[in-house]
Amino acid sequence: MKIIGLSGSIVGSKTRTVMDAVAKEIAEKYPEADFQLIDLKDYDLQFSDGRNYLDYSGDTAWVTRQVMEADVMIIGTPVFQASIPASLKNIFDLLPVGAFQDKTVSFFVTAGSSKHYLVADHQLKPTLSYMKAQIVQTFVYVEEKSFQQKKIVDDDVFIRLERLIEDTMDTYEANEIIRKKKEDSYGF
Amino acid sequence: MEQYRIDQKKGLEFGLYTLGDHLANPFTGKRISAQQRLQEIIELAKLAEQAGLDFFSVGESHQDYFTTQAHSVVLAAIAQATKTIKLGSSSTIISTSDPVRVYEDFATIDLISNGRAEIIAGRASRIGLFELLGYDVQDYEALYEEKFDLLLQINEKERLSWEGDYRAPLKDAHVLPRPKDNTLPIWRAVGGTPASAMKAGYTGVPMMLATLGGPASAFKNVIDAYRETAERSGHHTDDLPVGVTGFFHVAETSQEALQQMYPYINEGMKLTNGQGFPKQAFAQAKDKRSVINVGSPQEVIEKILYQHELFGHQRYLAQMDFGGVPFEQLAKNIEMIGTKILPAIRKHTGMNQED
Repeated sequence: MKIIGLSGSIVGSKTRTVMDAVAKEIAEKYPEADFQLIDLKDYDLQFSDGRNYLDYSGDTAWVTRQVMEADVMIIGTPVFQASIPASLKNIFDLLPVGAFQDKTVSFFVTAGSSKHYLVADHQLKPTLSYMKAQIVQTFVYVEEKSFQQKKIVDDDVFIRLERLIEDTMDTYEANEIIRKKKEDSYGF
Repeated sequence: MEQYRIDQKKGLEFGLYTLGDHLANPFTGKRISAQQRLQEIIELAKLAEQAGLDFFSVGESHQDYFTTQAHSVVLAAIAQATKTIKLGSSSTIISTSDPVRVYEDFATIDLISNGRAEIIAGRASRIGLFELLGYDVQDYEALYEEKFDLLLQINEKERLSWEGDYRAPLKDAHVLPRPKDNTLPIWRAVGGTPASAMKAGYTGVPMMLATLGGPASAFKNVIDAYRETAERSGHHTDDLPVGVTGFFHVAETSQEALQQMYPYINEGMKLTNGQGFPKQAFAQAKDKRSVINVGSPQEVIEKILYQHELFGHQRYLAQMDFGGVPFEQLAKNIEMIGTKILPAIRKHTGMNQED
């Protein structure tokens, strides 16, 4: 099973800080999982121009291929102007329709205040649904007040992340059972 | 239709098309050499002719896992190896070629083949060839429209003067040789959306419509959009043939046909398109309403006749060799087409004396 932790922002530190906590939790609880953290800050991606993702080169080719090969994605996103950042939307734009078919996708949101709580429901979930992701319905919302000097200082965040990861793994397992049962029924 | 060498009295034309893909057989993991693949494509065209098929075409794709980049050269070899079957490209990427050169090539193939060559001009779904051949992909649409238009003008006029943005001007240029009957059938390749089909309608050129999957009725809407646009633009749809292409495979039963076909499509698409074919969607090809012509010979006959009723098209092109399908399986398919499918289709769609 290949899991990608996709930190969707190229600025700031909160999303990466939470993603590091996710990575630590997965390493401890699911040591057999193939987890890969992709922080968009570390890559130079071009904007989508509509071509097939196989036709890009460099970092753009590498990141899109990793995402396409994943079985599970855990996305971290900040809130920019009442939506997800352009860097994360660009990942979706670079990929084909149906890119998340048979993939389990969960996410967490970091934000300055509680005012943007529904942003993920309104902005992120419709795109993931359109791309055929099996979405883990609950997500973790982490506010500014839970951080101090680039560290999570709120125990509740760790506890909720623990549940998010457990839910993600359970959803993946259940989805695999459903998929296998369906595919076996076709007899080819 | 005469201009496009189609005699509707004979019924729906049946052809084969290959993209010239060069993929490993997913059952064995082995890939034949590029040379063998090319030889087999030529053999396939000969078998198709012997079985009485109307048309055979070869496409150009300039990327890994393909081998007919020089598709006009392959077609020239087929022209020499055959006598009656019509030949074409599926498709020629006119955007990244010089229309004068393309016309010279196909007019030559037309003379070698005694008047059997056609061009289906497309825009490319993958874009690696823009860089390879020295074009800017930002000009994707403009390159196609300008060069396709020039290709049509060369077809109409033996001598022409022309000026555009993507090629040096032509001053009373004499494009030679001329095809056997002075013009070639030139089609526009359409990728399945009404917007794309309407572009062919505006120009009033025949449309070759690609289908991948889904209900046939969805493509009926595309064909309607093409014909409506053509009529509105002052063209006569009675004179404009429509071709429809799609996956094809026959076996004893539909279940066997699906079993045999799926791994080729799924694994082949993963490599050439970056995504497999969802199994659930492929399983629905059993349904008579599906545009994928996979099943027993009788089921496929029913499907093609149903599609003909919906589309009123003049030519069907089957894609049966995608994904590393071994030659014996292709030969078996062609035999079934020749002995079972073609007679039924011609009987039901043609206007012969027995009716």
